[in-house]
Amino acid sequence: MQNVAQTSATRNTIEDTGEIPVLFEVSETERLSRRQAGPDYLTIQASPEFRGLRGRFRRFVFPMSLLFIVWYLVYVVLAAYARDFMSIKVLGEVNVGILLGAGQFVSTALITMAYLQFAKRRLDPDVEKVRRQAGV
Amino acid sequence: MPHLTSPAVLAASATDGSNPIINTVVFGAFVAVTLFVVYRASSRNSSAADYYAAGSAFTGRQNGIALSGDYLSAASFLGIAGAIAVHGYDGFLYSIGFMVAWLVALLLVAELTRNTGRFTMGDVLAFRMKVRPVRAAAATSTLVISLFYMLAQMAGAGGLIALLLNIHSNFGQALIIAVVGLIMVLYVLVGGMKGTTYVQIIKASILIMAVVLMTVFLFGKFGFSISNLLSQAAYNSPMGEKLIQPGGSYGANNLTKLDFVSLALALVLGTAGLPHVLMRFYTVPNAREARRSVVWTTACVFVFYLCTLIIGFGAAALVGTKEIKSAPGGENSAAPLLALHIGGTVLLGVVAAVAFATILAVIAGLTMTASASFAHDVYANIFKRGKADPYDEVRVARLTAVVIGLLAIIGGILANGQNIAFLVALAFAVAASANLSTLLYSLFWKRFNTTGTLWGIYGGLIACVVLVVFSPVVSGASDSIIKAVDFHWFPLKNPGLVSIPFSFVCGFVGTLVGKGKADPYKQAEMEVRSLTGIGSRI
Repeated sequence: MQNVAQTSATRNTIEDTGEIPVLFEVSETERLSRRQAGPDYLTIQASPEFRGLRGRFRRFVFPMSLLFIVWYLVYVVLAAYARDFMSIKVLGEVNVGILLGAGQFVSTALITMAYLQFAKRRLDPDVEKVRRQAGV
Repeated sequence: MPHLTSPAVLAASATDGSNPIINTVVFGAFVAVTLFVVYRASSRNSSAADYYAAGSAFTGRQNGIALSGDYLSAASFLGIAGAIAVHGYDGFLYSIGFMVAWLVALLLVAELTRNTGRFTMGDVLAFRMKVRPVRAAAATSTLVISLFYMLAQMAGAGGLIALLLNIHSNFGQALIIAVVGLIMVLYVLVGGMKGTTYVQIIKASILIMAVVLMTVFLFGKFGFSISNLLSQAAYNSPMGEKLIQPGGSYGANNLTKLDFVSLALALVLGTAGLPHVLMRFYTVPNAREARRSVVWTTACVFVFYLCTLIIGFGAAALVGTKEIKSAPGGENSAAPLLALHIGGTVLLGVVAAVAFATILAVIAGLTMTASASFAHDVYANIFKRGKADPYDEVRVARLTAVVIGLLAIIGGILANGQNIAFLVALAFAVAASANLSTLLYSLFWKRFNTTGTLWGIYGGLIACVVLVVFSPVVSGASDSIIKAVDFHWFPLKNPGLVSIPFSFVCGFVGTLVGKGKADPYKQAEMEVRSLTGIGSRI
């Protein structure tokens, strides 16, 4: 723990002195206890297990977030600007607008379930692995 | 949600069919049961972790239902059903925004903030930044959002009282608003987070049950055919076929269409930045339960908003636009009137009491959040520099809850009947602009620093408030707050379209301009902790 604190501090004094006050803003007791007892975060962060976990998490949530936000915005823009298209009747009185709206409900449910499965299968075991390695 | 709540929410709608005794009994039963539960839950409530986060002992399912209780306000029930009944399809768009928004919470925010923070949003934002200025900024945006949101809820209470108890005098309503406020403060003081969570769970269960029962009953009347329901609704509405097409309330011109897109953006991005939503994630023991919470909330919200669609079109079909509009509460009376039509005075009593209970619970949740933010961020970490005695901190939180309760009562009495519905839309816009941008940067961008955080929060907050002050909401339109003078120059009613990108830009530029670089040690700690929970104290 001790040498981690030193590495980060030495590197920073050279790079940028504005760093030190930031460290000291944290209350003295809290800082001391963290440095003494806390896990070695820099080492964990650099470990292949953690990097794998982070990569897997981000490769899922970033594209998925982009996907549902774009899909939502497409829907909103269609509702605002493509009234004729949204008013085309498909089944009885049910038109494209209602179906696309229902589609937002369906896609939300599907993405939620997909993430649950993904997190259970691909994330949680990795989190356990990283935690075990860190001795927590 | 409350955006749609027009001035005297519901004022005295359907009073002719309403039975104050049934309404009062149902509502009184709710208050009695919840107060009893809160009292029972209060035994162990002295430590900060107990008061703020209920000792993190709730399960994901309990917290998820409570979250939906915090989220589904009276206005989202009454307002959206009414908007669909009167304006048709456009009301449906609100429901969709409010539901899709939970994906942001699920994928990007819930688990990571659970692992990183302890009690408040400030914990996450200040994690690797200069503690005092960032906590001050986080507390400012939390208090602004809570106050806006709370005022909008309180203002609606007056109208509901008229409906429930048939009290129309201003003094009588003021008295009841004060009583409502006191009950709510009692919830928070006695029960802390644990008590308010139970209140939310009870309220959410009743609300969703009432809505589902109404929907099933209604749907049955139309032979479980959505097409029959829609054609009957369109037939009965002066809008005709246009009722089931988009554009009913936002289709007038290009400006209103743009306004709609702006609102839609604020809704979908605002939810995950609402401080009272974020704070709920700390009531569960770990990230997995936080994930489960969001899934449960999504399920509740999903069912609820599908039902409001049926209830809205059902009200158009069975009650009719004319009767809804001529009722004193205007479009907000659609759901209560429908209840009267299909279930008589008893069902109306239940629906009205549920709506009232909803206001009470939402305000209690907001008071809890605001008092926690003041006591934990401002008092303990800014005034006492993190060395506050936990006992004192909780005492300050309780005191703040009383002060906020008084403010809400006074504000509610003053705002009774005013058109302040825009405050909730504004709260969502501030949450999306000031909070979400900085949270995401803080969690995902290594270089993000203190300057960027401050610029992002204050930039988004100030942009929202300034744009609303100079928008048609405040002056220059027929339904503005100030009618005498016209000083508006911003054309949109909702600032989201401008303020949300603006805050992201502010956070980005601030980071590049700022002198203090990001602390790599703290960044590592935050990243590891947010993803794995290592080091997060339970």
